[in-house]
Amino acid sequence: MIEFRTVTKRFDDGTVAVDALDLTVEAGRITVFVGPSGCGKTTSLRMVNRMIEPTSGQILVDGRDVMAGDAAELRRGIGYVIQQAGLFPHRTVLDNIATVPLLLGWGRRRARERAAELMATVGLDEEMARRYPAQLSGGQQQRVGVARALAADPPILLMDEPFSAVDPVVRENLQDELLRLQAELGKTIVFVTHDIDEAVKLGDKVAVFRTGGILAQYDEPGRLLARPADDFVDGFVGRDRGYRGLGFLSDELPLGELRTVALGSPAPPDGAWTLVVDGADRPQGWLAGADAPTGSTVTAEHLVPGGSLYDVTTGSLRSALDAALSSPSGQGVAVDADGRVIGAVSADDVLRALADARAEQAAA
Amino acid sequence: MIWGWIPRNVELIVDRTIEHLWLALLPVLLGLVISVPLGWLATRTALARTVLVTVTGLLYTVPSLALIVMLPLVLGTQILDPLNVVVALTIYTVALLVRSVADALDAVPPVVVAAATAMGYPPWRRFLAVELPLAVPVIVAGLRVAAVSNTSLVTVGALVGLGGLGQLFTEGFQRDIPSEILTGIVVVLLLALVLDALLLALGRAVTPWTRAGADAGRAR
Amino acid sequence: MTALLDWFADPANWTGGDGVPARLVEHVYYTLLAIVLAGIVAVPVGAAVGHTGRGGFLVVGAANSLRALPTLGLLVLLANAVGIGLLPPLIALVVLAVPPILAGTYAGVQAVDRAVVDAARGMGMSEREILLQVELPNALPLVIGGLRSATLQVISTATIAAFVSLGGLGRYIIDGLSVRNYAEMAAGSILVALLAVAADLALAGLQRGLVSPGLRVRGRAPRRPAPA
Repeated sequence: MIEFRTVTKRFDDGTVAVDALDLTVEAGRITVFVGPSGCGKTTSLRMVNRMIEPTSGQILVDGRDVMAGDAAELRRGIGYVIQQAGLFPHRTVLDNIATVPLLLGWGRRRARERAAELMATVGLDEEMARRYPAQLSGGQQQRVGVARALAADPPILLMDEPFSAVDPVVRENLQDELLRLQAELGKTIVFVTHDIDEAVKLGDKVAVFRTGGILAQYDEPGRLLARPADDFVDGFVGRDRGYRGLGFLSDELPLGELRTVALGSPAPPDGAWTLVVDGADRPQGWLAGADAPTGSTVTAEHLVPGGSLYDVTTGSLRSALDAALSSPSGQGVAVDADGRVIGAVSADDVLRALADARAEQAAA
Repeated sequence: MIWGWIPRNVELIVDRTIEHLWLALLPVLLGLVISVPLGWLATRTALARTVLVTVTGLLYTVPSLALIVMLPLVLGTQILDPLNVVVALTIYTVALLVRSVADALDAVPPVVVAAATAMGYPPWRRFLAVELPLAVPVIVAGLRVAAVSNTSLVTVGALVGLGGLGQLFTEGFQRDIPSEILTGIVVVLLLALVLDALLLALGRAVTPWTRAGADAGRAR
Repeated sequence: MTALLDWFADPANWTGGDGVPARLVEHVYYTLLAIVLAGIVAVPVGAAVGHTGRGGFLVVGAANSLRALPTLGLLVLLANAVGIGLLPPLIALVVLAVPPILAGTYAGVQAVDRAVVDAARGMGMSEREILLQVELPNALPLVIGGLRSATLQVISTATIAAFVSLGGLGRYIIDGLSVRNYAEMAAGSILVALLAVAADLALAGLQRGLVSPGLRVRGRAPRRPAPA
């Protein structure tokens, strides 16, 4: 657990980077600091491992003041990942990852074994171990950076815009990987980003900072989107926050009947929209209502591509709504955890569920 | 230290300085004239670049006195001929500048060259009107280094009887006049400083666009 | 030309205190001594300046200014002040060798990516560990570059120092001059040139050999597609 107690940082030229910050980072959770440039999010992060020292106030890590004791020793117990990865160009990937264990005095063999384990954990091919950072792509370098931070198994991980320098597709992969890792490891993670979407996707709790180092709101992402504390947060969170907020609501939605036909079977006699599935009941595409070839067998070339799928086990109201809206027939395809079609969901169902939920809240 | 030596020998000092300037600057000029086409050649093919860089690198490695002494073998001159020193210094200057010119020309943005070609510049005019002017700042930097080095290296020629301020060293040593030696050192340093500053100013004068950019930045 | 070949063929020129091997050893000895002494001073100072980033301007300025200093003048001044012997030229050699090594070390340490240094500090390395384990290994190419510059400067100046009675290969040039024996002068200069080229090549080889392969790699090696 990390506690900020009225922490202020004023630089020599007078700028106040962090203004009387009071915040508690919960253990075992991902806490995201987000905000525009100059809001003090990175400064706050770097005060946790004493890369920057507070002008006033205290920062306590598991009850101990970070300013007490040796700085280097403190940092060896905290994982640190930065935007440009900062990998040592003169060492191999394996030796990069093994850095902190070696600093801590583990034997070379044990450190390297640990490094090899971590490579697997972050999804790096083992043949990369002997490569040098210059031979890796941006995404791979970031993975090495994360592995390196985890090597000594620190309870806390500090991540300073780690995914900002890679392209969007790679970024999404890395974000998903982080969530997967966290599910496995349960570290206390403080993550800094300027991207509200990333913050909302990754954070168990999100702290929004305003220029001048002032904390504007500290809340769970769903609440942040639903109830921004002021105009600044509202503006920062951006457009479509209502729609995006749906991503944090899930509910039992009633599923309707969905007409399906298997590939290779004879086409249905009438011209209504029909979902075509394969042998395992997985959706392949739609048979267009008006153009359905009646009287012949259904083949792949007749199909109209479908929209997104609504997984009832993990999906939110937002994915249900999107499934309905993106479907050519207006019926969202609901699937189970194995991807098998189990029913249809409509936009009206989602809106009705929302209205019911609002009514319940008002009554409570 | 007999400081009195200095005022008594002002004329000697001036004469030697003028000799020295001539001996230092002539190689710089010759070197520049030779280096520009060679440097251009180095930008044309990788082979030319490798060959030129290797050869010039090798020449630059040879110690000054050794080079001066070896030249009569090649040129057929007398040992004490001042031409040896001039040629040696020209070789050093070329060795230094070919790299500068090649790097400078390589640094000209390809989009600018392409635009010039598209506008209808024939290659030679484009080189003289566009590429060379843009390469000037880097070439001037190389010229400054060459001028300063040469100013210092000319003194080595005194060992083989050459004129210039180096003679203040050989004479001062043989006649045990420390103030003469010190004067020589100081004048050489001053000369180098002045030449460096002059070339810097010349470079700036010939490239008004570099100054304009900086001013615009400040005005904002 | 034939006189030159005769000189090389003469066995007398290969034996004794004035023989080629002896003079060569002397020259190499002076060079090594000067470089090592200069390095002991210049490398730590350059590394410290590069690590803290303070005083860099002075270092670069000093290295540049040195180019203007006439080596003959310096040698002669010191010999005049201190006397004849190894010490005055050695002082000159060390003074001339320090700036290039200093500048090379400073430039090398300073050029290490700041993000790498930040990551190293953030991981819990002490300032000393950062300098020794991260900055210096990455600075090595430029440090050795500085050593190369310094070595050439020293070999060249040691040749000229024969004028103030130093030994080494320069003796052939200076002695040959006083008796107008051009063959001897030319032989000496060829030997010096060969020594200089050999030393430069050796150091260039060192520059490539000592440097971590990770620093030489440019771009990515071909590999099977891995998860990005």
